Amino acid sequence: MLSRTADDLFWMSRYVERAENVARLLEVADRMALMPQDAGGTDEWTAVLIAGGVAPLYTELVGKVEADPTLRFMALSPENPSSIYNCFSVARENARAQRHTITRELWEAINDTWHGIRDMTPEKVEGMGHTAFFEWVKSRSHLVRGALAGTMIRDDAYSFTRLGTFIERADSTARILDVKYHLILPTEEVVGGAPDYYQWAALLQSVSAQGSYRRMFGDQIRYTNVAELLVLRPEMPRSVRSCYDNIMENLQTLTESYESQPRCLRLAGKLRARLVYGEVGEFTGQESGLHEFLTEVVGTNLQIAAQIGKDFLLTPEGDDTPLAMPENARQEQTMG
Amino acid sequence: MTPYDEMTASDGSVREAYRELEHWLTSTSVETFQNKRKEADLLFRRLGITFAVYGEGGDPERLIPYDVVPRVITGAEWGAMEKGMEQRVKAINAFLNDVYGDQQIFRAGHIPRDIIEANDAFVPSMMGVTPPAGIYAHIAGVDMVKADGEFYVLEDNVRTPSGVSYMMGNREAEMRLFPSLFRQHRVRPVDHYADFLRDTLRSVSPYKDHDPKVVVMTPGRFNSAYFEHAFLADRMGIELVEGADLFVRDEVVYMRTTRGPQRVDVMYRRLDDEFLDPQAFRKDSLLGVPGLVSAYRAGNIAIANAIGNGVADDKAIYVYVPEMIRFYLGEEPILNNVPTYMGRRDDELKYILEHLDELVVKEVHGSGGYGMLVGPASTRAEQDAYAERIKADPTGFIAQPTLALSTCPTFVGSGVAPRHVDLRPFVLSGADRVRIVPGGLTRVALKEGSLVVNSSQGGGTKDTWVLED
Repeated sequence: MLSRTADDLFWMSRYVERAENVARLLEVADRMALMPQDAGGTDEWTAVLIAGGVAPLYTELVGKVEADPTLRFMALSPENPSSIYNCFSVARENARAQRHTITRELWEAINDTWHGIRDMTPEKVEGMGHTAFFEWVKSRSHLVRGALAGTMIRDDAYSFTRLGTFIERADSTARILDVKYHLILPTEEVVGGAPDYYQWAALLQSVSAQGSYRRMFGDQIRYTNVAELLVLRPEMPRSVRSCYDNIMENLQTLTESYESQPRCLRLAGKLRARLVYGEVGEFTGQESGLHEFLTEVVGTNLQIAAQIGKDFLLTPEGDDTPLAMPENARQEQTMG
Repeated sequence: MTPYDEMTASDGSVREAYRELEHWLTSTSVETFQNKRKEADLLFRRLGITFAVYGEGGDPERLIPYDVVPRVITGAEWGAMEKGMEQRVKAINAFLNDVYGDQQIFRAGHIPRDIIEANDAFVPSMMGVTPPAGIYAHIAGVDMVKADGEFYVLEDNVRTPSGVSYMMGNREAEMRLFPSLFRQHRVRPVDHYADFLRDTLRSVSPYKDHDPKVVVMTPGRFNSAYFEHAFLADRMGIELVEGADLFVRDEVVYMRTTRGPQRVDVMYRRLDDEFLDPQAFRKDSLLGVPGLVSAYRAGNIAIANAIGNGVADDKAIYVYVPEMIRFYLGEEPILNNVPTYMGRRDDELKYILEHLDELVVKEVHGSGGYGMLVGPASTRAEQDAYAERIKADPTGFIAQPTLALSTCPTFVGSGVAPRHVDLRPFVLSGADRVRIVPGGLTRVALKEGSLVVNSSQGGGTKDTWVLED
């Protein structure tokens, strides 16, 4: 297939996934803001901006971090490259360029989503309720993935599309966990006071894993367990481990038919080995061990994405992309 | 004078081809039409059947207004048109071969040589380069109008004619909106256009030893006709490429794929000559492929349509198409040309200037309905101003009598009323044969009395039915 086609499909699914993750972050922040005590406050909204990689941009364009302006900035602002509006719009541009490659169902799912977000205004979001809006964004993302799963031929195009989803999700899960961890800075193993409890509960909620956590670990929320669930557990579909299972599977499918072992496969394999054989104590023991580990995950993930670009897609030739820290802006598509 | 209406004869009777349709039109309520039209808009938006207008503000993705009332052509009418179009396009292909070859028609004195040499679309560097199978105009869009019950050819578009996706999209929409109409009529299908196009393109591959790699080349996703490029690539099951996806090495064209470079044998290009190759034409073109023309000259790739076709479809050379048919094919033209007065001929120039109030005057190199004067609809001051332009550059203008274009029943919001239409069928010429699907794009001037059907100026489209007799 054309390299540009692979590139467009990769970014199409990355941006749909990103929109969903932004909605999940916003949902948690919005819920925390309803807490009576100082559970959330504006820290929650700062966390959303940091995890989205747009905190400096927000300060420059908007200023003071407050609930409503942050929500608007992350949901609808055309000036914020990571806003849900822009994610859906870029996803749709990519889909439009490849509408001859994707199925009609997939195109319509993405195109209708774009029409929906284009017609969305702050007033409409207020009118329908924040929760309904977040649910809408998530359901659109589910619909796009469903159309993909249900209608697309399992060929290279499919593999590149899936790669986009899981690269983005791995990045997002690691960032969400890292930012939360920063914010809460746990001092004891069992999460203590009410604010902490709600914070971790909300974090689980943001990845739809409250029920799974209860089933796997019992009632008590320990941050080591949360970290294990989100980083190491293969059963958890939004864990970094699970993302890397999928990334490896798709890269192997691609490389099997390509009769070569591109560098991205080896990089991904190394990271996955750490996730498969690592133990939670290794990175939650000492102070800020988790942060260092997550920073590394995000950095390596970026590197792998860049390497996929070099091995298969259209990426400008040049030096290796420097490791980016979570505070830095997110990877954006460079139009070829 | 009342123009020829394709449904209702001058005595008020309904023509045979429209009998069922007329019944349907009178028994369907305005509300139903309104609802169906909304449904059609939604359908076109969902499918992304739009054209893009950037830089004017507002939504860049526009819909061409779709009229839900189909236009009907009888099988007998179509049979003659089909033969006539095939004949015309054969003659035009022979002419292009001749222009870029021996130039016999000039030597024989049938066409003045300077008409070609003065034309910017003439590409002297293509002299002596014979494209695979000698085909230049693989895809031709022959614009026709009906006047006084007869079809006339207005233009032969042999560069990169567009609109075929609307022919197919309109049929898809009409079948979804009014399935019962198709049960009452025997409408010949048009869906196989993509198969015809693919077969045509494959037939001109310079190589017979392997399965040809065919691609559609687009200027990119911001081009107004991008939807059509993607649509055709999809329906043919082939790659849609942009200039940046291709490169040339040792006079061979390759595309960049996830498995490395892959050779390209046939290119259906949807961008103009001047943007194809910055080494050969416009240096500032970022849309093209450096070295493409050298690969073409070396015979390593077929390009459809060929480079330099523009000499065969301007409004001055149009006058000579009947000459071409007689000269190259030894036949009499089947389809009518519209009588045309040329500014380059002194006596005809005089006639044009004296009859500006009756004539339609057009720029020889103009297109899209811009820059023309519709005499009967113009003011004296406009005519005077236009006369000055003609006098300044007589060879740049031609004039034709104002044709009483036929009308078709059209839904106009408050009900069904006659509106002027034209027709663009598509003629495909391959190494093996000529292929034409029965139908085409009917454009309709939605404004009452208007003769301008161009979508850039408020025209709409209709599904076009050729009936099985």
